Amino acid sequence: MNKKSASLWKSFRIGILILAALIVYAYGFQVTKVNLGEFRKESRQESRVRVMRALARPDIFAYQQVETTVVVPLYIPCPAEIPQNTLTDQSQPYLILTPACGKPGEEIKVEGFNFPPNLKGPLYFVPSSDPADKLALQKGNIQADSQGHFVFSFKLPDRLSDQVQYLRVIVRQNVGLPHFSATAIETWNKIIETIFLALLATTIGTLFSIPISFFAARNLMKDVKSSVTQIALSLLGWPFGVFGGLILARWMGEINSLIRANIFFSIGLTAGCALAAYGLLRYAFFHRSGNSSFGWRLIVPQFAQMIAVLLTVQSFFLISQLGIPAGMAIATHLGKMAFLGNFITQLSDLMLTSLPAVLAIGGGAVLGSLFGNLGRKLNERLSIHALKVVDFLLAMLAGALLCLIIAAVIGWLYEIPNLGRFYLIASGLGAILGAVLAGLTKPRQPLPVGLAIYTITRTVLNAVRSIEALIMAIVAVIWVGIGPFAGVLALGLHTIASLAKLYSEQVESISPGPLEAVMATGATRLQTIVYAVIPQIIPPYISFTMYRWDINVRMSTIIGFAGGGGIGFLLIQNINLLNYRAASTQMLAIAIVVAAMDYFSSWMREKYV
Amino acid sequence: MLTVTNLTKIYPGGVLALDRVSFAVPDGQFLAVIGLSGSGKSTLLRCINRLIEPTDGQIIWNEIDITSASEEELRTIRRKIGMVFQHFNLVHRSKVLTNVLAGRLGYINPAWSLINHFPKEDVQKAFRQMDRVGIADKAYQRADELSGGQQQRVGIARALMQDPQLILADEPVASLDPVLAHSIMKILQEINKEDKVTVICSLHFLDLVHRYADRVVALKEGQLVFEGLPEEIDDRKFKEIYGKDAERVG
Ligand SMILES: Nc1ncnc2c1ncn2[C@@H]1O[C@H](COP(=O)(O)OP(=O)(O)OP(=O)(O)O)[C@@H](O)[C@H]1O
Ligand SMILES: [Mg+2]
Repeated sequence: MNKKSASLWKSFRIGILILAALIVYAYGFQVTKVNLGEFRKESRQESRVRVMRALARPDIFAYQQVETTVVVPLYIPCPAEIPQNTLTDQSQPYLILTPACGKPGEEIKVEGFNFPPNLKGPLYFVPSSDPADKLALQKGNIQADSQGHFVFSFKLPDRLSDQVQYLRVIVRQNVGLPHFSATAIETWNKIIETIFLALLATTIGTLFSIPISFFAARNLMKDVKSSVTQIALSLLGWPFGVFGGLILARWMGEINSLIRANIFFSIGLTAGCALAAYGLLRYAFFHRSGNSSFGWRLIVPQFAQMIAVLLTVQSFFLISQLGIPAGMAIATHLGKMAFLGNFITQLSDLMLTSLPAVLAIGGGAVLGSLFGNLGRKLNERLSIHALKVVDFLLAMLAGALLCLIIAAVIGWLYEIPNLGRFYLIASGLGAILGAVLAGLTKPRQPLPVGLAIYTITRTVLNAVRSIEALIMAIVAVIWVGIGPFAGVLALGLHTIASLAKLYSEQVESISPGPLEAVMATGATRLQTIVYAVIPQIIPPYISFTMYRWDINVRMSTIIGFAGGGGIGFLLIQNINLLNYRAASTQMLAIAIVVAAMDYFSSWMREKYV
Repeated sequence: MLTVTNLTKIYPGGVLALDRVSFAVPDGQFLAVIGLSGSGKSTLLRCINRLIEPTDGQIIWNEIDITSASEEELRTIRRKIGMVFQHFNLVHRSKVLTNVLAGRLGYINPAWSLINHFPKEDVQKAFRQMDRVGIADKAYQRADELSGGQQQRVGIARALMQDPQLILADEPVASLDPVLAHSIMKILQEINKEDKVTVICSLHFLDLVHRYADRVVALKEGQLVFEGLPEEIDDRKFKEIYGKDAERVG
């Protein structure tokens, strides 16, 4: 009894489930407008056939064509006397009408001789006494047989004239070897653009996502812990470092504009800077930090390192400023290889533009870690009670500064009117938050900063990844205009997010043994990454990069739909113009490239991983 | 002198892996750590160089408090403590030479090492150490192309590169056959006797303990249940350490 009711209940449940599924699908049909009637409609069928036939004949090859035009006089109605036909050269194509004249609506037979065999061509009625008149009505198509003969009948049109009128037949004959059509050449150019678009996007994505992937790897970040003092001081150090870096960049830029006058002088200076930097670096690095006795032995190499870094940056500035005119000069003198010069110019420009940003980030990192170290020293030196007070003050300051920066961004974004008060509120809030944090933690208590960074990185990556590259392209087009560069930016950004995620998962799955072993030798965190993590992740990284390139080639074929350059731009244009034969060529090109890339990437992965 | 006092480790899951363990190791001693699987041997060794953060207790080594060392101090301590692992823990895809040189990472300038550049003396030293453990001809092979015994030699050479005053060996021969086991143990013994390096080595087989160790500590469920000479482990002590159903092999 019990069993029976259970099984009854079960069938009832299944019935309900099926019913629910039915409703869901019914609604799905409703909203997606599934309608076979439209599919069966005559006009649909016609256009379907037309498009499919066009698609089946991609416009790739074209022939040089010779056009043969033959005309024959025609009279409607019959005149009193028909002028004698002068044409007698029977080796040329000619037309004979029977009868040679008639009333409108009368059936008339057109016979052609000596036409190029097996060719098709249009037959026109020319309502004019000029046989070459542009205005002509197509009456049908003729089809010559293997002897070059055809017969065609048609009704005379209602176009009375006492003048002579004409019939015209045009056939086009292919001569010589086939050559690539204009569409094919255009497609080829765009597909090259597409492949390089994908290559650049993948390169940019890889370069940025490698460092990011370490921050998004739990196993590397979970042990990174610092005390409140350290975190607060480092947070305070960062903005000042960024600011200092920017000021430094401006100084260096000004120095450069002063000495730009003489090209030989700047070349010499660049070389001098680079050499000096190299020498200093060698000196600094070969000084072992073995004996940790404090004193000039430790200070001097540090100082030398700093000067060397500054000199290096300065020489980068100089190089990039030299590179712009140098690239232009090369471009004007190299003719076909001008793109190399352009490359140098663009690269230098890129370097010049990004150097301040690099300096700002570098300055922030340096000052942040210096301040962090100071925090560690404070933790060691100060008593618990003093530390508590210091922590409170620092945390409040850091919180206020952080919130002030966030407030500045928000204020700018939303154009908030009463900025002074807004900033005051924000920094007050930050200070309170900092105080609360300091109050909740014990002095010297290690807080999981690493996990916080990990979580933030992961969240940002997931958010960016969920935006399709096609949508990013729309934004990128607003930033840099329609063209492949926008596509590179959009695809690059998407690549960063998705590769960083894939990479970090690889980092998380490495075997922990070597990590532990290298850590045990007293290596720093960075050394551990270089010696124990990187060798383990190289194969999957290569594999994922290839895979991503594959995806990027695929994506770049359609990124043009949104104005991102590449072949997609051409494709969507031709589809909109109903130029299906050209579109078919582009689809074919996409299919070939994607298949080739697929094959190539799997071959590379097999070979090198 | 290494002094461990009331060392306690509770893992996040709540497992009490070490329970107020105290003992001392004079310089130059070969100390064996024995105990059943799961008794806390690995945890103990890793607490000494703080690969695992102890929950409580103190470890003093040459008057330095390891347990309260800052991250920076810990690195200078660690570089004097070599470590040898049961599964060798080599970086498989790297060359043997690179694996050995990794032992110098605590000494050389971090920035230089990032581009895989080591001073000449260090490279020479690496070849001397590889020669010493008998794998100099394998320097340019990938680490995973070597046999188990050879891999453990690489591991020892890596530890020797640190100029260690203490070597922690966590079951260094547990994944090797008996013949290889003896050859590896002999290398450790030689380092201990000739270079006067203190060795703390966890072992599974009592015959190895008898043959190589100066002194033994035994762990059982995280507690220190025996401390003394290898000869003092009689049948009664054995049953105490390994449980009453255990039987001696070898
Ligand atoms: N990361 C960890 N998290 C939680 N518990 C752990 C962890 N590592 C070890 N343990 C537990 O701590 C106890 C001691 O482990 P440990 O690895 O130190 O034993 P062992 O004596 O080295 O064993 P074996 O001889 O098998 O290597 C075991 O009960 C183990 O399950
Ligand atoms: Mg173990």
